[in-house]
Amino acid sequence: MIDVYIVGIGQTNAGEHWDRSLRDLGVDAMLAALQDAGVGQVETLYVGNMLAGELVAQAQLGALLADWSGLGCIEAIRAEAADASGAAALRMGYLAVASGASDLVLACGVEKTTDADSESVDQAWSSGMDGEYETSQGLSMPAVGGLLMRRYMHEHGVGREAFAPFAVNAHANGANNPYAMFQRPISIEAYAHSGMVADPVGMFDVAPLCDGAAAVVLCAADRARELAAKPVRVRASAVATDRVALHSRTDPLSLQAAHLSALKAYAQAGVGPHDIDLFELHDSFSVMAALSLEACGFAERGHGTDLGLDGEIGLQGRIPISTMGGLKARGHPLGATGIYQVVELAQQLRGEAGANQLDCRLGMAQSLAGSGATAITHILEA
Amino acid sequence: MKPAKDVGIVGYGAYVPRYRLPATEVSRVWTDGHGGVPVEEKSVPGLDEDTVTMAIEAARNALARAGLSAQSLGAVWVGSESHPYAVKPTSTIVAEALGATPQVSAADWEFACKAGTEALQAAIGYVGSGMVDYALAIGMDTAQSRPGDALEYTAAAGGAAYIVGPREHSLAYLEGSYSFVTDTPDFFRRAYQHYPEHAGRFTGEPAYFKHTVSAVRGLLEELGYGPQDFAAAIFHQPNAKFPQRVAKMLGFSQAQIKTGLLSPQIGNTYAGSSMLGLTAVLDEAKPGDRVLLASFGSGAGSDAFSFVVTDAVAERQSLAPNTQTYVARRKPIDYALYVRYRRKLVMH
Repeated sequence: MIDVYIVGIGQTNAGEHWDRSLRDLGVDAMLAALQDAGVGQVETLYVGNMLAGELVAQAQLGALLADWSGLGCIEAIRAEAADASGAAALRMGYLAVASGASDLVLACGVEKTTDADSESVDQAWSSGMDGEYETSQGLSMPAVGGLLMRRYMHEHGVGREAFAPFAVNAHANGANNPYAMFQRPISIEAYAHSGMVADPVGMFDVAPLCDGAAAVVLCAADRARELAAKPVRVRASAVATDRVALHSRTDPLSLQAAHLSALKAYAQAGVGPHDIDLFELHDSFSVMAALSLEACGFAERGHGTDLGLDGEIGLQGRIPISTMGGLKARGHPLGATGIYQVVELAQQLRGEAGANQLDCRLGMAQSLAGSGATAITHILEA
Repeated sequence: MKPAKDVGIVGYGAYVPRYRLPATEVSRVWTDGHGGVPVEEKSVPGLDEDTVTMAIEAARNALARAGLSAQSLGAVWVGSESHPYAVKPTSTIVAEALGATPQVSAADWEFACKAGTEALQAAIGYVGSGMVDYALAIGMDTAQSRPGDALEYTAAAGGAAYIVGPREHSLAYLEGSYSFVTDTPDFFRRAYQHYPEHAGRFTGEPAYFKHTVSAVRGLLEELGYGPQDFAAAIFHQPNAKFPQRVAKMLGFSQAQIKTGLLSPQIGNTYAGSSMLGLTAVLDEAKPGDRVLLASFGSGAGSDAFSFVVTDAVAERQSLAPNTQTYVARRKPIDYALYVRYRRKLVMH
């Protein structure tokens, strides 16, 4: 397979865009990425999006965004993997370049959740779960977060306060990201006194669904050298799946898809967890952050929260996570999130992360769907 | 904006029904007591009350303070989102009950929660043009909310009446007004619907805050004033947080909005909301006080006014029951009685 490089990145602010439509946001991010890459045209477009059909009554996003961003009649298709749709679009873009099928690819993630009331949005978000066995019985994404957090606390003997560092770290980093939805630090006291969403999941244990779009331009090595001062190499791209329903998993507190996807990615890149300088993980819930760290080999089972309590997840720590705010503070625009994670990794690896800049060479991004049944992992290198 | 002739408020009157539904009752029934509440309690009209009956009492209070007979009124205009009829004016019933008919303009106004200040804006023009000597503008509502909806904690009943007349007769004269509107459908109800629909957080930043801030900034710029020039400011009060936040955004202190902030005790009286806040401020105002009134109506828009209190205020304040008397006159009821009083449960 051909080596794949990221030569352009673009993103809109993540947040509530009352005055921008889905296509407005997508076009903004795509044009920003094309400009960053210094190209005016690509051969192929992959669009990652989860809920445009349900919330905005819009399908065929590939053709729509290709048209509206002036790319003309190119190959354009939407990729869907629930919350991991953005990463899925990146995966498809990676394969197009790596296989030699396409020389220049744009992968864009876009989502608009604010055109519907919050009950409808939560219900639509829950379509990433098992419809016949979970949601039809009344389970929802917030509830699933509550079940996992409650089980984690019970099995591993920790209290709610063990999860506070994930929220505090995310907000501290988001404060320095001008694209983040929330740019204010929060205190441990605020975390402790927050209202409940689905006990024990509090307001600061769940990422805010919002609007946003992000995009990356991909190409092979020779083109990358022409185009970019600091091309970022995609060292690994790996997908794994698991049983969708939480009750069907072998061990609900073990994100098997995340684990397999990470193992495949490590193997592709010829590295291990100790080589990873930063991890943009899927902190849709603070418990998912802990479980992701465990699944990817950064902590033993039941000890993901220790990394938070010991300060290892901060910018000075052993394994910085959510370095630009993560899903919690930058925001979780569902189908766009997977691309935001990779854009933020690229910023770090290119030395463009501002106040949150790390000294880093190898970064990992992982996007999860629903309660973890699809995991898409990418490893990028400066 | 200012009319050719100087005008002002010659009389004002409040009305709030006596029943109160504590917000904790709503959460007891709907959320098992969990979660915060946006106000302490809200006012509930009795079985024999509606926008018409309440408007009449508020108007009588205004006439008493103005020292006028109803025959002097050139207009009786009622703004509400709960007019009892879709077709058949509230204002003619009110005009007749007051004794203002037949040589009078009567009209019903509508623009969600700013229906009353619209009528006030027009009354200023009607009197200021010299067409009539006195015009009565009322904002009054018996708001209905869908059971279990977030708005059920706050949708309340009450409002206020203002008689606009010549500056020489006023207890507060008008310095200027400003209106700011856009087509922003943040809260709406079709004629065939019983309960309104709203778009959650959309009614915040792009609706309430954008329009209130724009109207107030427009007015202050036209008049050349800053927040420090005002003794008091009253904002539309759908809950406690929004007016507190918009005050901060505009540079007003919490002390400046305190007297006119009634929503924690009586909820959101919709078209009556900011107008009742103004009656509460006028009840305690001193000559020379400059007062800002800024309403907000979904759909969306804001009317902003700057008034200066005159020497006449002291002798007029006690000529009718004051706002706090109505607020303090309370009879708490439980959710079951509220359901009955608001006719949410109908047996056939």
